[in-house]
Amino acid sequence: MSDNKENTPMVNTGEYFTSGNLAVAEGSLAAGCKFFGGYPITPSSEVAEHMSIKLPQTKGHFVQFEDEIASIASILGASWGGWKSMTATSGPGYSLMLENIGLGIMTETPCVIVNVQRGGPSTGLPTLVGQQDIQQARWGSHGDYEIIALSPNSVQECFDLAITAFNLAEEYRVPVTILMDETIGHMSEKLIIPEKEKIKIVNRKKPTNEADGHLPYKADEDLIPPMAVAGEGYNVITTGLTHDERGYPALDADAQKILLTRLLDKIRKNKDKIIKLEEYMLDDSEFVIVSFGISSRAAKGAVNLARKKGLKVGYLRLITVWPFPDEQINQIAEKVKAIFITEINSGQVTREVKRAVEGKTEVHGLLKLGGAIHTPAEIVEEIERRTK
Amino acid sequence: MSDRIEIRFAGFGGQGIALMGRLVGEVISLHEKGKQSVMTQSYGPESRGGASSCDVVIDTQVIDYPKSTEFDYFVVMSEEAYHKYVPLLKKGGIMFVEENLVTLDDQAKKASKIFKLPATAIAESLGSRLYANIAMLGFVCANTDLFSEEAFIQVMKAKVRARFIEKNLTAFEKGKNHK
Amino acid sequence: MTEEEIGLIEAEEHPLDCYLRKGRIPHIWCPGCSLGSVATMIIEAIRETGIDPKNISVISGIGCTGRTAGYLNFDSFHTTHGRAIPFAIGLGLTDPNRKIIVISGDGDLASIGGNHLIHAARRNADITVICVNNFQYGMTGGQVGPTSYKGQVQTTAPYSNIEEPFNLPELIKACGATYVARWTALDVRRVKESFVEAINHKGFSFVEILGACPTTYGRRNQLREGIAILENFKERAVIEHGIDTEKVAIGKEGPIIVGRFVDIHDKPSLTDNLLSIQRMATASKGKGS
Repeated sequence: MSDNKENTPMVNTGEYFTSGNLAVAEGSLAAGCKFFGGYPITPSSEVAEHMSIKLPQTKGHFVQFEDEIASIASILGASWGGWKSMTATSGPGYSLMLENIGLGIMTETPCVIVNVQRGGPSTGLPTLVGQQDIQQARWGSHGDYEIIALSPNSVQECFDLAITAFNLAEEYRVPVTILMDETIGHMSEKLIIPEKEKIKIVNRKKPTNEADGHLPYKADEDLIPPMAVAGEGYNVITTGLTHDERGYPALDADAQKILLTRLLDKIRKNKDKIIKLEEYMLDDSEFVIVSFGISSRAAKGAVNLARKKGLKVGYLRLITVWPFPDEQINQIAEKVKAIFITEINSGQVTREVKRAVEGKTEVHGLLKLGGAIHTPAEIVEEIERRTK
Repeated sequence: MSDRIEIRFAGFGGQGIALMGRLVGEVISLHEKGKQSVMTQSYGPESRGGASSCDVVIDTQVIDYPKSTEFDYFVVMSEEAYHKYVPLLKKGGIMFVEENLVTLDDQAKKASKIFKLPATAIAESLGSRLYANIAMLGFVCANTDLFSEEAFIQVMKAKVRARFIEKNLTAFEKGKNHK
Repeated sequence: MTEEEIGLIEAEEHPLDCYLRKGRIPHIWCPGCSLGSVATMIIEAIRETGIDPKNISVISGIGCTGRTAGYLNFDSFHTTHGRAIPFAIGLGLTDPNRKIIVISGDGDLASIGGNHLIHAARRNADITVICVNNFQYGMTGGQVGPTSYKGQVQTTAPYSNIEEPFNLPELIKACGATYVARWTALDVRRVKESFVEAINHKGFSFVEILGACPTTYGRRNQLREGIAILENFKERAVIEHGIDTEKVAIGKEGPIIVGRFVDIHDKPSLTDNLLSIQRMATASKGKGS
């Protein structure tokens, strides 16, 4: 085996004034990413550009592929070679990647996909902000599945969540999407990269049994099978077909039920461990704004503004967008007069919140359709108008 | 109490408007104790020509909303940018103007102070109009408390290519000393 | 008969059994199909190269040929339709000692995966691509494909195919491949030799195997039995090593030219180039901080 397998992370400890796109790249390096396969697309290209500089310095590889389909396929391959791998794209590229994200789910392949969202549909607003791929990240590939998606709202969090994304991908053996947006990707603020020793890194668990008779898809109690990779003598096997514990195609309803139940449950049953939320002034609030990504920066400004006006508004931020925090939102719904959602789409998270509250409170989407972010003032105005 | 300050830099593509924001943002974020900053830019597919602008928001507290809505400072380097953004200047705000490229009108009256610099002419005297942005920042530095000269020069030396540093330092100095 | 031969006949296990995954046989391929022979020749070729099986990875796309990887007892990957090549490139780059063999069909590699095929050749990626060309889509029931010749009848070309087929060796050569060969599935000995050359080759190697598909190709094109297709190959095949690939297009009639068309050794591969970039980058560490 080559020394490239060491997965030595590249941690550029220090303080920087930099963009979200560069921070997510630095976070990925710090998490031990060694392979980037990508295709240029606005507004994500700076991630690829930065990785093309840095990866060769870590004995990793950067390859610009012919399209996004090749990019996602290549990072699945690299992951099965034992390297942590990633790609970065925006809406149109993400659409092209979805079939193979499904392959990643079915073959339980750890990898990270950054989607720096822009306005859509189609070519849409290439250089302007959007948050319109939230449901696509959840349901975009065909078939039933559970997925993990994270949404940073600062440059620092782009770095931090890149590490979290790799850790979750490795722990749960699932592709993890980082749902950024154009504003977060391009804005600059302070980034503190901690010392290497202070960064917690999770690596996929490896089989401990003999290669002979090894069952590559037999899960442990946590529903996650240990992962041998190519070159380790286990004769690893993957297929996008429904398969049994041996990894052999098993094309019947029983095998489908066994496999799919486990793939769904390994995320569902660990929701509490996966979901991260930020709460702000929730305790006494009568109204709550639920938000995520760049919209949450305006939402938090709105909370501060509303409080000055004597309105009891609090805030819940989805750091983890998927799996969705149904229980937490349901509990909040019992205590408040209304929940507002600020998002830059036609109501993709609003729909989830409505489902989660089960009619226990009013739910209003404060929506923008892409191209601009909310201002705190307009959010407060809207809350005042709707609660009169 | 928030000490939020909003600055908008604006001009046309090729003037290095975004660099102005990045430099000022970095100086404040990494070198001015107790202050934070966020830089955002309006970003277009055309990287030359056309209107270009960026915002730097400064605060002593965590900055939630990253964009300018009412500028405390408006640094403007083109006529088009002046007309486009002057309505968003706060009443009593401060303007820095490239005097040969911007003709002010009544809307400028809401500014409490207007500082004028022939930034492009200064830059041309150094051999290239590309230094106009740094000359303007020297001028801003001299006439505000936004950031210190020492910190700015430290950051600029790290960010600007070695062979351009000398000229940029001179441009900064000329802007700073302009009366 | 020698004692060794008698031993082979009496043995409970076939000497190649260890290269097939336990419990995966019988395979799904129809009687008269060439894929069994091709799979056997891949195993024989790997054995002959002497490469440690741990360092072999086999990757397939989707289709009848795409099932091959799953039968072979190496690290084996059954990917999505058309995407075996980029998956293989990513996998291969994680270890320069790993030998990467992509085996898939003409529809998978040249139609839906065509973009990846041409770019892999252009990059001189360190992979061997074995393309079993049966002139149409077999698994889905015999639809027309990019290698179907003019006049061929398939389920989606019921009045006969109106389009020109790809001349695969010519296409791949033009894209920069450093090893290109074609054989019919009948030429098992030459197929195996060619596979050995391709696997040992540094950079991108491409072997097209013309295979028999009696079920969905043959019976619609007056070649009802597998043997009839092979006999047709035998009658028409002409070996022309090194011939200009422009001349090797296949039609309904006329000669089928086979042989080793391209074999270049002095072109750096993708891995070579990436490793030299690593050396440049480590020398200039600190860039982009």
